[in-house]
Amino acid sequence: MSRFLIHRALIALLVAITVSIIGFTLLRLSGDLASALAGDTATQAQIANTAHLYGLDRPLYIQYFDWVWKALHGDLGRSLFTNEPVTFLIGQRIGVTVQLSIMSLVFALLIAIPLGVVAATRPNSWIDRASLGLAVLGQGMPNFWFGLILIIVFGVSLRWLPISGTDHFSNFIMPTITLGTSVMPAIMRLTRTGMLDALDSDYIRTARAKGLSTGSVLFKHALRNAILPVVSLTAVSLGFLLGGSVIVESVFALNGIGFLAFQSILRTDFPVVQSIVVFVSFCYILLTLVSDMINAYLDPRIRLG
Amino acid sequence: MTSIERDRVIISSPAPTYEIEIEAPSPHMIMRRRALTHPGFLFGATIVLATVLIALCAPLLTPYDPYAQDLSQRLIPPVWALKGSWAHLLGTDAMGRDYLTRLMYGARVSLTIGFGAAAIAGIIGTSLGLIGGYFGGWVDSVVMYLVNVKLALPGILVALSLIEVFGGSVFSVTLILGVLFWDRFIVVTRSVTQQTRVADYVTAAEAVGASRLRIILGEVLPNVLNHIIVIASLEMAVAILVEAALSFLGLGIRPPTPSWGLMISEGRNFMFFQPYLVAVPGIAILVLVVAINMLGDGIRDITAPEGRN
Repeated sequence: MSRFLIHRALIALLVAITVSIIGFTLLRLSGDLASALAGDTATQAQIANTAHLYGLDRPLYIQYFDWVWKALHGDLGRSLFTNEPVTFLIGQRIGVTVQLSIMSLVFALLIAIPLGVVAATRPNSWIDRASLGLAVLGQGMPNFWFGLILIIVFGVSLRWLPISGTDHFSNFIMPTITLGTSVMPAIMRLTRTGMLDALDSDYIRTARAKGLSTGSVLFKHALRNAILPVVSLTAVSLGFLLGGSVIVESVFALNGIGFLAFQSILRTDFPVVQSIVVFVSFCYILLTLVSDMINAYLDPRIRLG
Repeated sequence: MTSIERDRVIISSPAPTYEIEIEAPSPHMIMRRRALTHPGFLFGATIVLATVLIALCAPLLTPYDPYAQDLSQRLIPPVWALKGSWAHLLGTDAMGRDYLTRLMYGARVSLTIGFGAAAIAGIIGTSLGLIGGYFGGWVDSVVMYLVNVKLALPGILVALSLIEVFGGSVFSVTLILGVLFWDRFIVVTRSVTQQTRVADYVTAAEAVGASRLRIILGEVLPNVLNHIIVIASLEMAVAILVEAALSFLGLGIRPPTPSWGLMISEGRNFMFFQPYLVAVPGIAILVLVVAINMLGDGIRDITAPEGRN
């Protein structure tokens, strides 16, 4: 087990380093940082002065190591737009995004797993077909559009829910449904396939033969095995949600890091964009590592293999 | 199960000899039969084909110019609404442009970007998957490491930043999406290649002394091809959705090009009074994406070897 995990951790570290280099390159691609920092009216001398002040006249690899060194000490630089520290900006908004992502994931799991299990126990029944149809719709729907439709129906016509803001729990209902719908189909399909495979296996026949109740067979024996790939997918989905919430946050004007990233791209405030890209990537890398550990713990074939 | 071999049964009777050929269906006939009895495939193929035709023939199908603004004709509701007019079946937008015309020309943008991005991603992903799966060892490790890096990056955020840097033309959006969404091609191609490279005919080809390039292209690639088509259809659908999202955020295709995502974004300001401005392009995206997904699933079912689903 330890060998497997060390191997995974090493790959994760390597990927993290690469992602940080890509994030750093993204900032350089965005144009001349010094002239952006110095402002529109700056003269050539002032730009050169700014470049020197911020160390932008040094070789690129030194700038990269400098950036990594500062990042490791909690300094991600300052926003070009508000001049606030990026760590402060992210810290201020990360709560909203995490709350939205976790609520969406819970929403998706609450619908996807029961539906997947029921669909697998009755293949080709109406409920199987209905859940498949739901998955197809969920996959094909542009989620920003779904959000707008929810706003039109529940926010404006029926006036049940507030259409923007972050103050109250009810602000999160429509964004949660919108974002949750985008990850629900994959989880449902995977649960269904996993359950179909599990229900077809010998140990389930044995469990049934020895007279266990249907509930016990389904949930204690079959689901336990079928859930393994779903655990990985859930971790991956959470990482995806953290990065993918940019669209939904923009539709509902939720003040999370996705919305911050979107605004920063519009303002060409690339230090913020770069930090969010690297930050979200690191969350994803960490989540997949954790899911590998959970899987190794749940599945002796991986743990001992 | 019918045998693939061709059986000849000769029935000899006192008078003339009848030769009856009992012909087992050829693989092509099996595929055709499966295709014609597969509702998902038929639905998907029809919609996709119709969309392609509409996109190609848009100038013949509509008398209007998708860019021509006419402020005296602005915000006419669709024909089924109370104040609708037969002159504009789906009404007009805030600039007085015919909405159906914009929708038809918008199909061009969606299809071009979807197809182009899937093709670019397919070429990158399939080559890397073939190389990783065939050579294994450290080459494979490098390929998988690339996949891990790609998966870790938040795709939409990176796409948004790149488009902001390189501009939002149809060409650059296609290129950026193609360069960002190749991971699924790698994963699938790689695993099929791993299975294929230990097959007897590959060993035989190696024994005959065929070059690696020839084995990869001649023996392995044909086995991967139908998987690639399925993934390509999925990625085409994803690219269409992402393009719509980027354009909706104002960081994809730039106005006045008619893109469905951009149309939703422009309609958003009027959505409380004219909800069709948002509903119509959204439904168009939904129908096209669902159709492409069904077409892909259908191709997978149809080309699957006998007895497998």
